Amino acid sequence: MPELFMPPDVDAAREYFRAKPRRMESKLSTVAAAVARYLQDGDYIAIGGFGTNRIPTAVLHEIVRQGRKSLGVSGHTATHDFQILAAAGAMDRVDVAYVVGLEARGLSRSARRMFEEGRLRVTEWSNAALAWRYLAAAMGVPFLPARVMLGTDTQVYSAAKEIVCPFTGIKLLAVPALYPDLAVIHVHQADVYGNAQIEGIGVSDFDLARAAKRLIITCERLVPPEEIRRQPTRTAIPYFLVDAVCEVPYGSYPGNMPYEYFSDEVHLGQWLQAEEDSATLAAFLDKYIYGTTGFAEYLELCGGSHRLQQLRRQELLLNANGDTSPDQGGQQR
Amino acid sequence: MSGATHDHNPMELMISVAARYLEDGATVVVGTGAPCAAAMLAQKLYSPSLMIMFEAGGIGPLLPSMPISVGDSRTFYRGVAASSMPEIMGLCQRGIVDYCFLGGAQMDQYGNLNSTVIGSHARPKVRLPGSGGANDLASLAWRTMVITPQDRRRFVPKVDFVTSPGYLTGKGAREAAGLPPGTGPYKVITNLAVIGFDAASCRMVVESLHPGVDRDTVAASTGFSLLWSDELTQTEPPTADELQILRQEVDPLRYIIGRG
Repeated sequence: MPELFMPPDVDAAREYFRAKPRRMESKLSTVAAAVARYLQDGDYIAIGGFGTNRIPTAVLHEIVRQGRKSLGVSGHTATHDFQILAAAGAMDRVDVAYVVGLEARGLSRSARRMFEEGRLRVTEWSNAALAWRYLAAAMGVPFLPARVMLGTDTQVYSAAKEIVCPFTGIKLLAVPALYPDLAVIHVHQADVYGNAQIEGIGVSDFDLARAAKRLIITCERLVPPEEIRRQPTRTAIPYFLVDAVCEVPYGSYPGNMPYEYFSDEVHLGQWLQAEEDSATLAAFLDKYIYGTTGFAEYLELCGGSHRLQQLRRQELLLNANGDTSPDQGGQQR
Repeated sequence: MSGATHDHNPMELMISVAARYLEDGATVVVGTGAPCAAAMLAQKLYSPSLMIMFEAGGIGPLLPSMPISVGDSRTFYRGVAASSMPEIMGLCQRGIVDYCFLGGAQMDQYGNLNSTVIGSHARPKVRLPGSGGANDLASLAWRTMVITPQDRRRFVPKVDFVTSPGYLTGKGAREAAGLPPGTGPYKVITNLAVIGFDAASCRMVVESLHPGVDRDTVAASTGFSLLWSDELTQTEPPTADELQILRQEVDPLRYIIGRG
């Protein structure tokens, strides 16, 4: 039987949220302190954004640096984020919707190895199923009915259950609420209390922020609370959902951050290449993660402000040669 | 469409053929690569109000270039909305999405797709990404389109894992499983032929052969027996207009069409 890693205990969740501190006070933290405080070995985590877009890379690196083990992971289009955790062998179970691949870029060897060597407990889902599992948790109900996965092996290897609609009599799939122990979401701007604003697509982060028991926000820019109150329409995540706020400029690198910088396809290609064998991977992780003190040092190793300026121009379609596409071969370095 | 032939590669043909199915005013959820190119071509040439959407939330972008991720900032560049995954999936579930494009490592005669594992689930020979949004789109969009190379490795009698539903085990199986009625695979566009689905059996039926391709080649490239349309025709090759827009506006850097 496929495993349901996180049972939808809505009343336990209510008790948890009842006790969660709700004072409007500064939650400003370093990334290292936030990971040390809010993530234990064995916890179940979910990452915001979309794999190589608006991802909290600094926190993922820190999880690796601090050597967290036996994590459960929600694989709701987890691509580079999943690759980082897989490279360090930081997980032992995963709810899969989309993992291993980095979309058109190829497959992560580290991630493949974990599955193919049988080192993971695996339950299958779809992206909508995981998105709606977050939504069910955000609503405080134990499941939502859906019309996906029915009739397929994806359903057979999931932990969803078929039900019959009490109104129409049609067959539905009940997808259980998913309350991750920790979610980590990278946003454009936040204040010290945790009020957070996102530009561009929200992916599933609106619901994920409400589903998670603990929530670490990393932000491109820390802004004064007055800036939040000036445009409350833009607030996706109110402060009382948030446990820690970390200011991490360029925090989605090497991923894309809408209106800020494009993904670094050259560096993402280096990741895939480094994973070809375990010796090159170990050296790569030593250089970029274990051997660095933090994210700022990583950015420097990857080309620093010069490279980030190129990626900003790419995002804003300002490349001198009129090329509006991502550089895929490093020709602009 | 003119009947004149122009030099083209199989990828250009597949994209051009796919674009012709996307009528004006329709809605389509695409991924990166060939499907996105087909939708862009349709929009520029045939269907200016074709609504292009991406599963991560992008709605109606004026795509400045090929996205590299279905969630990158190009997918909502000058769009009508930057929404969310639950928004797009909700649109699909309530019947607003006409077309989706999918692919897979394996496909069977009913259009069932595998993008999860080659080998067993417990100890796969190759672990693939999984459903992503593919199962959702195949379950909920009115018509599922596939653009794929055709060979016996991909077109198999039995897929190792049914990730996304085609017609499952045949006529009536989708409805019996609980999937919304009236949905399912529509066209499979390969490097050799255009393939539809027989209304009675829900099996693949070859509708047209690409120029220079014969029945034996198609049959030999398929691991199951195909049905053949009584009105089997030759596929209209890409027109000069299609090739020009595709090469100059849709994919000038040849990221997709360069794969030939």
